[in-house]
Amino acid sequence: MVFVDLLISTLTQGLIYALLSYGVFITYKILDFPDLTVDGSFPLGAAITGVLMLNGMNPYLVLLVSAGFGALAGLATGFIHVRLGVRDLLAGIITMTALFSINLQIAGSNLAIERSIDTIFTAKLTLILLGSMSLMQRKFIVALVIAVIVKILLDLYLKTKSGLLLRAVGDNSTLVTTLAKDKGTMKILGLVIANALVALCGSVVCQEQRAFASTMGTGQVVFGLATVIIGTTLFRRFTFVKGTTAVLVGSIFYKICIQVAISLGLPANLLKLVMAVLFLVVLVLGDKKKGGADYA
Amino acid sequence: MLELKNITKIYNPGQITETCLFDKFNLTVNDGQFVSIVGSNGSGKTSMLNIICGSIPIEGGEVLVGGKDIAKMKDYQRYRSIGRVYQNPAMGTCPNLTMLENMSLADNKGKVFGLSFGINKARENYYKEQLSILGLGLENKMDVKLGSLSGGQRQAAALIMSTLTPIEFLILDEHTAALDPKTAEIIMELTGKVVKEKNITAMMVTHNLRYAVEYGNRIIMMDKGGIVLDNSEEEKKKLKVEDVLEIFTSISIECGN
Repeated sequence: MVFVDLLISTLTQGLIYALLSYGVFITYKILDFPDLTVDGSFPLGAAITGVLMLNGMNPYLVLLVSAGFGALAGLATGFIHVRLGVRDLLAGIITMTALFSINLQIAGSNLAIERSIDTIFTAKLTLILLGSMSLMQRKFIVALVIAVIVKILLDLYLKTKSGLLLRAVGDNSTLVTTLAKDKGTMKILGLVIANALVALCGSVVCQEQRAFASTMGTGQVVFGLATVIIGTTLFRRFTFVKGTTAVLVGSIFYKICIQVAISLGLPANLLKLVMAVLFLVVLVLGDKKKGGADYA
Repeated sequence: MLELKNITKIYNPGQITETCLFDKFNLTVNDGQFVSIVGSNGSGKTSMLNIICGSIPIEGGEVLVGGKDIAKMKDYQRYRSIGRVYQNPAMGTCPNLTMLENMSLADNKGKVFGLSFGINKARENYYKEQLSILGLGLENKMDVKLGSLSGGQRQAAALIMSTLTPIEFLILDEHTAALDPKTAEIIMELTGKVVKEKNITAMMVTHNLRYAVEYGNRIIMMDKGGIVLDNSEEEKKKLKVEDVLEIFTSISIECGN
C-alpha cells in the first residue's frame, strides 16, 4: 500500500506542476522566449493564495485571482522586453528579482494555512462530489481535473485565430508584421497567458501544501524547461500528440524521476543539484534543435 | 498612388561611418503600374522598399499613399495596404504551420485575430483554387507543414499569401534571387500572372535585367541614391536588355567597379 500511496502522490505532483509546464511551453516552445519570470510568478501565485485564504476567500475564486496576478507579472516582463527593448532573458530576470520582494511584501513572511481553512481539496463542492475518497485520492482527482481542463482550454485557444497568430510569432515574426499585426503585442499576450498559468500552479501548490515559502520559486523555471523538453522529445516521432499532452507527460515523468531519486536515499539538500544535472542531460540528449511551434 | 517626396536617408548618422544614401529623393508610382527596379549593390533599391514599408527610419521627407503621409506609421500598420515577398523564401511563410494554417492566417489579414476558430474549412476550396493558379500541385498539400517544402514551393505560397487579401501595393524584394534558374523563371511568370489578374500596383527589385525588361510597364534604374533611367509604357516596350546592360555597365565603370 505504501508504494501505491507514493505513486498516487507523485502523480498528483506531476499533474499539479503540469500547469507550470503549460506556461513554459507557451513561452519557450511557441514563442521561443526563455522566460525567467516563472521563478517569481510561481511564488507570487502562492503568496496571493496564502493571504487570500487566511482572509477567508473561496478557494476556487482564489485560483482565478492568483492567475490574474500571474498575468500581471507576465505583462510586466512583456512590457520591459517589447516596449522598453530589454533582452528577453534580462527582462525576465528583472521581473523575477522584483517579485521576490513583492511576494514577501504581499505575504509578510512565510505563511502556513491552518487545517480549519478549506482548500480546493477540502471545500464543500469537492466533498459533495468526491466525499467518499481519502484526502490523497481526492487530491489526485482534483489535480487531474484541473490539469485536463486547463489543457483542453489551452488546446482550444491555440486553434483560434489569436492562437494561430501566437504560434506564427514564434515561428516567423516577419510574417506577422506583414499580416499588419504587432508582433510585440502578441509576445506580451503569450507572456501574460504563460505566467497566469504559472501563478495558477503556485496557487494549487500552496493549497496542497497549506504553506507559502518565499524561496519556493527557486528552480521552477528549470523544472518547466526540463519538462517541456522531455515531453516534446519523448513524443517527437508522434506528430499527432499535442504539445500540451507531451509536456503533461513530461511533468509527470520528471516528478517520478525525482521521487525515485529520493526513494533511493538522495539527501534533500542535493535535490536542486540533481534537478540541474537532469536538466543538463535532457538538454544534451533531447533538445538539439530548439525553437519554433512544435504544436499540431 | 504612392509618392516619395524629398526623402532623406542617412546611415549611421553622427558617426564616422555616416553615409548619405538619399538626399531629397523623389518618386511617384501611379495606380496599376508594375515597376521593375534595377541597380548595382548599394544603389538604394532595397532601402527604398524598406522606407516605403517602414522597416527603416528616415531622416526627412514624406511617404504618401493616396495623398496620406504614412511616414510616421509603424511598419505593421503600413502593411494593411502593402503585401511583401522577400528574397529569403523562409520569410514569407511559417515553417511549422501547415499550408491550410498559413493560408488561413494570410486570409485574415486586416481583420481581427480573435477567439473564433482559426481555420475556416469553408474557405479551403478557395485556398485550393488560389494555389492551383500556381500549377505546382500545392493545392494537394494543405496539411503539409511549409518547412518540409522546397524554397521555390514556399516562395510560390508566399506570393499567393501576400496577395490573398485586397492590397494596394505589392513589394517584391529580389524575390527570385535565392531560387535556381528554372524555379526563378516559374515564380517570375507566376508573379506576372498574379499582378495582372489581381490588378495590383507592384514594385519589384531585381538583379535579373531580362526580368526587369520583360515584366512590368515601367523600369527604373537606380545609382547612388538617385534615378538614372525611368522608362514606361511605349518607351519601355522598345527597351532591350542590351540597352539596359549598356547603361548599367557605364555607371559601374564610373564607380570603378
